Amino acid sequence: MLHEGGMAVLMSVTRPGDDLPMLMKVPRLREGEDPAAIVSFEMEQMIMPRLSGPHVPRFIALGGFEAEPFIVMERIQGAPLSVRLRDLPLPAEEVAHIGAAVADALDALHHQHVVHLDVKPANILFREDGTAVLVDYGLAHHEQLPDLMAEEFRLPYGTTPYMAPEQALGIRNDPRSDIFSLGALMYQLATADLPFGEPQHLKGVKRRLWRDPVPPRRRRSNIPPWLQEAILRCLEVDPDARYPTAAQLAFDLRHPEEVSLTHRAGKMRRDGFLTVMRRRLRQRDPQHRAFATARQVQAAPILAVALDFGEMSEELAEALRNQMQKMLGSRPGARLACLNVLKSNLLSIDTTLDDQGRNRHVQRLVELRHWARPLGLPEARVTFHVLEGADAADAILGYARANRVDHLVLGARASSLQRRLLGSVSGKVAAEAPCSVTVVRRRGPE
Amino acid sequence: MRIAILADIHGNLEAFHACLEHAKARGAERIALLGDLVGYGADPEAVLELAIALVAAGAIAVLGNHDEAAIGAGAGGMNDMAAAAIAWTRPRLTPEHRRFLSGLPLTVEEEGCLFVHADASAPERWRYVADAEAARRSMEATHAHVTVCGHVHRPALYSLGETGKLTPFVPVGGAPVPLAHGRRWLAVLGAVGQPRDRNPAACYLMLETSPMQATWHRVPYDVAGAAAKIRAAGLPLGLAERLLLGR
Repeated sequence: MLHEGGMAVLMSVTRPGDDLPMLMKVPRLREGEDPAAIVSFEMEQMIMPRLSGPHVPRFIALGGFEAEPFIVMERIQGAPLSVRLRDLPLPAEEVAHIGAAVADALDALHHQHVVHLDVKPANILFREDGTAVLVDYGLAHHEQLPDLMAEEFRLPYGTTPYMAPEQALGIRNDPRSDIFSLGALMYQLATADLPFGEPQHLKGVKRRLWRDPVPPRRRRSNIPPWLQEAILRCLEVDPDARYPTAAQLAFDLRHPEEVSLTHRAGKMRRDGFLTVMRRRLRQRDPQHRAFATARQVQAAPILAVALDFGEMSEELAEALRNQMQKMLGSRPGARLACLNVLKSNLLSIDTTLDDQGRNRHVQRLVELRHWARPLGLPEARVTFHVLEGADAADAILGYARANRVDHLVLGARASSLQRRLLGSVSGKVAAEAPCSVTVVRRRGPE
Repeated sequence: MRIAILADIHGNLEAFHACLEHAKARGAERIALLGDLVGYGADPEAVLELAIALVAAGAIAVLGNHDEAAIGAGAGGMNDMAAAAIAWTRPRLTPEHRRFLSGLPLTVEEEGCLFVHADASAPERWRYVADAEAARRSMEATHAHVTVCGHVHRPALYSLGETGKLTPFVPVGGAPVPLAHGRRWLAVLGAVGQPRDRNPAACYLMLETSPMQATWHRVPYDVAGAAAKIRAAGLPLGLAERLLLGR
């Protein structure tokens, strides 16, 4: 036996011929137990077999309620995030690192039609390679399964500090609720305080519908503005004001210098009485909205365009802009990363200065910005990155993987002769990319 | 065991064929026809011939209200379009068709499931199971772990927990839902021959029995062809139009 909780008992189990460490979860079904605990276990039994990937424990087997119910799953070896709570506050870089890893896990989950709804330190584990794993799907919502937990209003121990305000209103199908919880968690990691305390009842949770938390930088003045920006954006009461997807949050946490700062970044005190009153009056009539979890996540993709200034004609530059305009136009939640690869030469000693002594890096950034200007994108929707690498395709592919890019766009080399001599970057990227790839080519002469 | 369950075919041969082929390709070992083989569509004879052959080969079949009306005295309680379609259908049926329909039971219990066309609490009254209260009435009248019915033409799944809480759900096409023990389930099929959930694709249910798992499939078929036949047959034009719109 590993753990005996209020709802379930966890046991370490083995299977002959299988050396995967395994865990068996058995619900407590004593007389007088909360029936919600049983429903929650049924829900977990429905959801777990449907999940896959490194961010969830591998599902092994289950036994139904016709006999002794159980779930057997992979046992994650690493410690839960809750052990780190002893060391708070954590430095900003570490908060961002943990936040990005958890956001990756949430993104993977949201793409599988699931909203976790119970993101808290005890439910976050890490594999040896640092991959975050989310456990406990007893409170989760799967948009393709009946929601047995709807209207159960059970508040598991330790959940209220992280719960999104709309959850207190019974809304269970918005993936951005998980982004709120992650924001509350990062707030705690960065300040050592819970943003909304730990209310014991739903009524206390509802307060966060109108009362904003003390800005993190007021609690710890060494928290950088970009981190406060990211945390407070997660903690917005209106889900539309939060990051549209966990992938976009992870993106910001991995590129602090690219976070577009708003009033949130510099905020040093809580909202005034009038603002709070206005919010409170507005919240009397909460809106239940229909969501399609996975589709909503797909509506706010991370797009990346790779530009090769060395051989890009003005026509191709324009064609690439047109393509991006089309892809961004109908999706206000989408954001664009503009990439350029600075070839590093393995044989000679690299210098960041070119022949004229200009900083090549800066020059490329300037060119990227120049290309993007006609798109008229607000600062929050576009970022610029100069990658370095010996192989352009590898650099672009590495970037796409690390940043969970949903769609890559590149221009084709102008002539087939060049392609033959230099190889096709777009061909390699299209073949190996973890996402969709669009290659833009100007129509040749007839 | 995989059972393909089809309801509300309504004389739509194109949709019937498309669903049967789809189910066959996905390994259906048994067929269940949950009533309303005729009415509305232009091919009652061909649909009945196919149904008779399927039942001879072991398919489950129960009676629907349109089937009853087509062989009975009248179309009491039906709207004008439905009544007109029954009046058009009735003289087309052969004595063998009538014999087949009049031999169909109101309910069948097999493979741990109760098959019925409408509300199982009073199958002969043809009440719609269109909301949670109707689902509760139907489920509380029987002991079946899983009830499957049609009649509503819109897919739905209701779950009754041990505490008496009823959870409604609109299934997503192609996404399997496990029907766990410990609670009771009522699956409402979408229609094969006249969908009414604004999706014109034909709908049927694939039920796996161990473990119990239900998948509502949406199958595209030649809607324009089926609609053209309705117009050519002189049936009410509204019956063709609604096929195209799925309502």
